[in-house]
Formats: sequence, C-alpha cells, structure tokens
Amino acid sequence: MKYLPLLFAALMRKKTRTLLTLLSVAAAFALFGMLDAVRVAFNAPQSVIGIDRLITSSRLSLIQPLPYADLARIQSTPGVEAVTYASWFGGIYQDPKNFFPNFPVEPESYLDMYPELVLPQAQRQAFLKTRTAAIVGEALADLHGWKVGDKIPLRPTIYPHRDGGEVWTFDLVGIFKAAQPELRGSEKQLLFHHTAFDEGRDIGQGTVGWYIVRVEDASKADQVAQAIDRQFANSAFETRTQSEREFQLSFAKQIGDIGLIVTAIMAAVFFTLVLLTGNTMAQSIRERIPELAVLKTLGFTNRAVLLLVMAEALVLLLLGGLIGLALATLALPVIGEASSGQLDVAMRPESWVLGIGLMSTIGILVGLPPALKAMRLGIVDALAGR
Amino acid sequence: MKPRDAEQIGLNLRPETMSEVTPTPESHGPEPLVAIRGVSKVYERGRQRIEVLHHVDLDIPEGDFLALMGPSGSGKSTLLNMIAGLDLPTEGSLSVAGHRIDRMSSTELARWRAANVGFVFQFYNLLPALSAQKNVELPLLLTRLSGARRRRNAAIALDLVGLADRASHKPNELSGGQQQRVAIARAIVSDPTLLVCDEPTGDLDRHSAEEVLTLLQRLNREYGKTMIMVTHDPKAAEFARRVLHLDKGILVEQADIGA
Ligand SMILES: Nc1ncnc2c1ncn2[C@@H]1O[C@H](COP(=O)(O)OP(=O)(O)OP(=O)(O)O)[C@@H](O)[C@H]1O
Ligand SMILES: [Mg+2]
Repeated sequence: MKYLPLLFAALMRKKTRTLLTLLSVAAAFALFGMLDAVRVAFNAPQSVIGIDRLITSSRLSLIQPLPYADLARIQSTPGVEAVTYASWFGGIYQDPKNFFPNFPVEPESYLDMYPELVLPQAQRQAFLKTRTAAIVGEALADLHGWKVGDKIPLRPTIYPHRDGGEVWTFDLVGIFKAAQPELRGSEKQLLFHHTAFDEGRDIGQGTVGWYIVRVEDASKADQVAQAIDRQFANSAFETRTQSEREFQLSFAKQIGDIGLIVTAIMAAVFFTLVLLTGNTMAQSIRERIPELAVLKTLGFTNRAVLLLVMAEALVLLLLGGLIGLALATLALPVIGEASSGQLDVAMRPESWVLGIGLMSTIGILVGLPPALKAMRLGIVDALAGR
Repeated sequence: MKPRDAEQIGLNLRPETMSEVTPTPESHGPEPLVAIRGVSKVYERGRQRIEVLHHVDLDIPEGDFLALMGPSGSGKSTLLNMIAGLDLPTEGSLSVAGHRIDRMSSTELARWRAANVGFVFQFYNLLPALSAQKNVELPLLLTRLSGARRRRNAAIALDLVGLADRASHKPNELSGGQQQRVAIARAIVSDPTLLVCDEPTGDLDRHSAEEVLTLLQRLNREYGKTMIMVTHDPKAAEFARRVLHLDKGILVEQADIGA
C-alpha cells in the first residue's frame, strides 16, 4: 500500500498518455461487455418451461416447409401428447426496424401448447372464432400503443396477399401476458390464424413451417424425437426434431454463429489493445529509465522494481477495463431497447468474471516485458545514460 | 531547524570539531569507516581492456568530508559508485563499517544501500510527478516506519535543508538549487552511514552551488555525516576536509585542507 504514491507518480507522469491508454482500454472492454452480453443472450435458454416441448422442422433448412399431412403421423407417434404448428410470416409493421416475430398458428392447440402465454378467457374465445383475428403480447402492444379493436396492417415480405393486396390486415382481439417476468421476451410477438394465412397466400398452401410437439414424459423426449424423425426418413420431407432450446439456438445460427463472430471481433480488438498498451508501457519505461535507476540506487530491489512496473500495467488494465464494463452495463439497456426487446441483453456475472480475467491476462502480457527490462536495468549504466 | 528535530531522524548533533572525533587517515586509530584495498576496475570491450581503476587503496574515517577530483574519465564516478555499493570491483576488497560490500549479492547490496547510503546526483534525479515531500519520503518506504512517522521525518529533513515551505511543490516548480536541496533531504532522511555526492553542484550557478556546499558542510560539521563528493570545481573542493586526485585510475595526491 505504501508504494501507492510511486504507482501514482508513474501513472501521472504523462497524464494525457495515461488518460488515452485508459480510454482505449475502457473502449475495448465496453465493446467486450456489450458483445459478450449479446453472445450470452443468443445462447441463453429463453425458457425453462419448454423442457417437454420438441420442434419438428425440415431436415434441410428451417425455411423449408413441411406438409400439413405430417400432422396426423406425428400425432400418432408413441409418446406424443399434443401437436400444433406455426409458420414464419415475416410481416413488417410500418418500418423494417419495428421487427417482431409474427406467426400464423392454429389458435386453440397453439395456446394450449404455450400455457405461459396468458390470455383472458373472453379474448381467447374472440381469437378462436374470428378468422381475421390476431393477438399480441403486452410488451409489443405497449410499444406500438395498440389496444383491442385496432386493425394492424402488416406488409408481407414473402407472401403477397392473394387479393393483390400489398398488406395483410388483422383485427386485434386479445393481448396476452407472459406468465413469468423472465419470459417477457415472448410478449414481443403477434399470432394469427393459420387458416387465414393459408387462404390468403398464393404459394405454399398446405404446408406449415414447423410442428411443436409436447411429449408425455420429458425424460423420454430424445427417444420421441428420434421416433418422429424415423417416420419421415427417406421421404421427400425429412425432418429434424429438436428440443425447443436447441431449436432456438439453431434459429439464431441462421443469422450466423454469434459466438464465433463475437470471439473473432474480440480477438481483433484485444490484439490491437495488447499492441497499443504494450507499446505505451514500453515507451513509458524507456522514458523512466533514469527514475527507475534512482529507485534502485535508493535501495529498491530488482524484484520491487519488477513488481512496481507490473502493478502499473495491471492498474491501467483493471481501471480502464472496469470503467469499460461499467459503461457496457449502462449501455446495454439502451441496446435492448433498440432491438425492440428482441435481445434480452444485460451484464451477467460471467461477463464480469471473464472480463476481469482478460484484464489481468492482458495486464501481465503487456507488463511483463518492460518489467523484466526494468528489473535487469544496470544502475551504473542507467545513471550514466548508457 | 531545532536540534531536537534533527535527532528524531537520527542525525546526531555534534557541535565539537571533527578533528577531535575523527582520526586522520594516517593515524592508527580504530578501523576506518570505509576501507578500500587494492581495488581495480576493468572493462573488457572485445579485445580491448580498459583499466578504469588501478589498485586503489583508500581509507575514509567516520566523519570525513572527502572531495574526489580529477580529469574527466579518470574514474571518479566509478570509485564513488563502488563505495556506494552500486558497482563491484574487478579486484580488491571494499568494506564499509566492517561489511564486505564487494561480496554482497545485488539484493543484499540493495538492502545495504537503503540502510547505509544517501545519494546526491548532479541532475538531482527527483521523481517529477511527486512533491518535494513525497520525494523525500521515498527512501523511508523501504523502512518499517509508519506513514505518519515517514511524513514527519521527511518534513524534518526538508526543514533541515531550509525548504519546509516548499514541501508540496513539484520538482519543476523549484529552482535547480532548491531541487538539489530536496535531493539532499532525501539523501539524509534515513540517516545513512555515508553520503555520496557525484558533482552535486555541476549543474548549479555559483550562488546556488555555495548554498548547497554550505549545507553539505554543515551536515558534516554539525551532524557528523561522512561524505564523499566528486567534483570538478576546486572552489567546491574547498568545502571538504581533504581532497584526493584521481588520474587515469590512480590516486595521485592527497591534500589536507583542514576544517
Ligand atoms: N560500462 C562501461 N564500459 C566501458 N567503459 C566504461 C564503462 N563505464 C565507465 N567506463 C569508462 O571508465 C572511465 C571512467 O569513467 P567514470 O565515469 O568513472 O569517469 P569520471 O572520472 O567520473 O568522469 P567524469 O568527470 O566525466 O564524470 C571512462 O573512460 C569511461 O568511458
Ligand atoms: Mg563522473
């Protein structure tokens, strides 16, 4: 502790340089904090409820539809308790940046499949019996100021309306809530009738995007999934049945392997950071050779000088890094907002731990070479400027 | 500077003249504080062999104020650095207060220097980011003294060199002479056995040089500090008790100037 003034003196020697270094460290770790939160959000299980739910989709690709006729065969597979289905519509409300998932579903069986979507009984009835009806989650309704009775126009991206309309219009008859706060992400969707979808579209009638299966016994989910896929093996429409969580992950992978992208970006950022701070440290030590020689003259041991320089590097990295992670913590809610709540991003303890680990590693990496140089410094030569 | 304060940082007050306390080098009194026997220093550069010091014998009694003079490159700094435990001889032995410093490891030497040697350099060598007070406290970081004690002792040392009112100033807010006085305060704050000064006035104007030399002389006369000072300046050497000349690595002449 008593060496703090020395550490302080070293850092305050060139205030601007220290500040700039701190800033670049902070920027790198702010970026790290945000990207890591995004990576975790993409990989995190969205729900703990769906452990008994499976998703059956085309083996070829998620966007490849399956025949409607598969429904009965899946239903009759041993171990299957209930089946429903949904498709990807990809409609846009006013502006593409308002993106939210909108799915044609079979209303009754779909709502039964997802008990965590809580809809008042009267609204449920209205949804079931109105062909043009749609329901949305409360979070989405709040976002756009929708209320029951509104008409919601969606501009199709894949399926133009058969009647030549460049717009599909739905009657909002219900607003559902997520059963648990951590499932608020599921309130960001719009559901409407699959029959209306099938009748309104020009292409792909008689197909569905994917089937959702509830198994009788969650512990046998794997066997049931295999049994379903076996039925369609070697058919024109081979299937892949996955747990809901796996499905969400592979859905995210359609966008790209977020983990890999994040790792690649961070590797580039940290590589630059190591070069930058490494160079700064080396330069700072070079300039301070006479001062370090004086410390040694006064009786500071080689080891003390080594530790002093190491401490300097670690303080720079830890201070800058913690500032960066703090900034990320502040920025993440804004990012979550900007993604219309699609990304449930927040700084998690794992990110802090990983971040502090990286700070220490980089600190040691950039501190060690100048620290060794300072340690080996010959006093007489250094004092004489040799 | 009140005498009692100086005592608190270990500086013993000795108002009596040093001649009564210190035997001259020729006298057969007790062991001299510094005993240098047959010390040589050789630098090898490829095939070239540079003998910087050639079989130097030298005794420095306690309480001495020795000025080392000689042409540039004669080995003055080299000899001073060896006495101060910064450099090791190629040959010969060096003992200070009975300790064979030529046999110590670099860590032992570092500890020994911290406890026994105060340094004053030509270019002051203060840490620019630290206040005068913090610069003076530096050597005390290597002791077991408490923070309060360190601050107190540093304040006393600053007071002793007449810079109590400049304690919070950074080196670049002080004149050369003032910086050198801060450096002297730093050198004496841990009450070292020896004070070594390598051209302490080499970078100062006449007036500041005299202030610094008077201060060094006072530390020697009033507080009994043993001092070795390298200088080019005969006027500076006059402040010492005796002057030795080095020429091409050989001690050639001794002159007692007397106090
Ligand atoms: N590391 C080294 N390698 C080779 N030669 C050296 C080394 N260190 C010192 N010397 C030589 O030793 C000689 C004496 O150097 P020293 O610094 O002791 O001289 P000095 O008397 O203090 O001179 P000055 O008055 O210029 O300070 C010089 O010739 C110098 O070049
Ligand atoms: Mg010299």
